Amino acid sequence: MAYDGYEPDLPTAGIPFTIKILIAGGFGAGKTTLVSSVSEIRPLRTEELLSERGEAVDSLSGVEQKSTTTVAMDFGRITIRDDLVVYLFGTPGQQRFWFMWDELAYGALGAVVMADTRRLADCFPSVDYFERNDMPFVVAVNCFDGIRRYPLESVRRALDLTTDSPVVLCDARRRESSRDVLVTLAEHALLRNSRSREVMPAG
Amino acid sequence: MRPYALTGGRTRPTGETVDLLALVCAVRGSSLDRSQLEPEQLIVLGRCRVPTPAADLASDLDLPLGVVRILLSDLRERGLVTIHRPAPVGLTDPKILKDVADGLRRI
Repeated sequence: MAYDGYEPDLPTAGIPFTIKILIAGGFGAGKTTLVSSVSEIRPLRTEELLSERGEAVDSLSGVEQKSTTTVAMDFGRITIRDDLVVYLFGTPGQQRFWFMWDELAYGALGAVVMADTRRLADCFPSVDYFERNDMPFVVAVNCFDGIRRYPLESVRRALDLTTDSPVVLCDARRRESSRDVLVTLAEHALLRNSRSREVMPAG
Repeated sequence: MRPYALTGGRTRPTGETVDLLALVCAVRGSSLDRSQLEPEQLIVLGRCRVPTPAADLASDLDLPLGVVRILLSDLRERGLVTIHRPAPVGLTDPKILKDVADGLRRI
C-alpha cells in the first residue's frame, strides 16, 4: 500500500479505541442538548476554507475569493473504558457546511438524526445523506414540552425511510433518554454489522 | 491573534488530511530543537506521550481544527509524531460494537 502519511495499525495494547457518532438534524432540533446531557461536552472550533469542496454546495455566487469560516461544533466524549472512548460530533446544520460531512462521517459507527415534529422536513437532508452513504442511523424524535406527540409510525411514514432504521422518542434534556438513543444506535449498528457478515465474505 | 499566524499563514496541511479522531503519538527519543517549534507544538508533544485524538488536541489548545492539523502535519514531517488513522468501525470486529452498546447502557 502506498504511504499516505499514516502509520499502519497501532501494534501495542493500551491504545484507546475511539468510536465516532454523529449527531445530525435541523437547527434547534436538540443536537446540542443531547450532546450536553449525555457526554462531557467540550469546545471545538474548526476554521475552514470555503474552497474547492465548498464551492459546489455554497451559493456565494460571484464570490471568487477563498475565505475562511469558523464553525463551532458540538463535541462530546463518553469514556466507556480507559481503552474505549465514544466521541459525539454535532454536524454543522447549515447547507454551506455540507463539505464537512464526508470527513465527519468517515469511519463513524453511525448517526443520530434529531427530529422536531414541528419542522420534520428539517431533518430530511440528514436522513438522505445517511441513507445514500449506507450508514447506520437512528431518528430520535425530540419531545419538547407541550408538543403534541405523533405516533412514531406516522413519523416513520412521513420520513419515508428506505431502511429499517429505528425511530424512537426521546427527551434530549434527560441523560437516560439520550443514552437510550445511543444504545439503540449501537445495537442497530451491531445488527447491520452481523447481517453484512452473513451476505458478504469478510475482507 | 489570528490563529493562522501560528502556521506561517498556511491554511492547508501537507500530506494526507488528519482525521478528527486520528491518534497522535509523540515519537520517543527523537532529537528535538525546541527553538524551532511553536509553544503549541511543544504542548502537543507533551500531551501526545499518551496517544491522543486530534479533536481532543484542538479542544485542549482552543485552536481551530484546521490550524491544529497544520501544526500536526509539520510535526509529522519533522519525525516528531506519528499519526494513526482510526479503523472504520462499521465493518469492524462486532465485539467492539457490542462493547460500545453494553458500555453505553451502563453510563
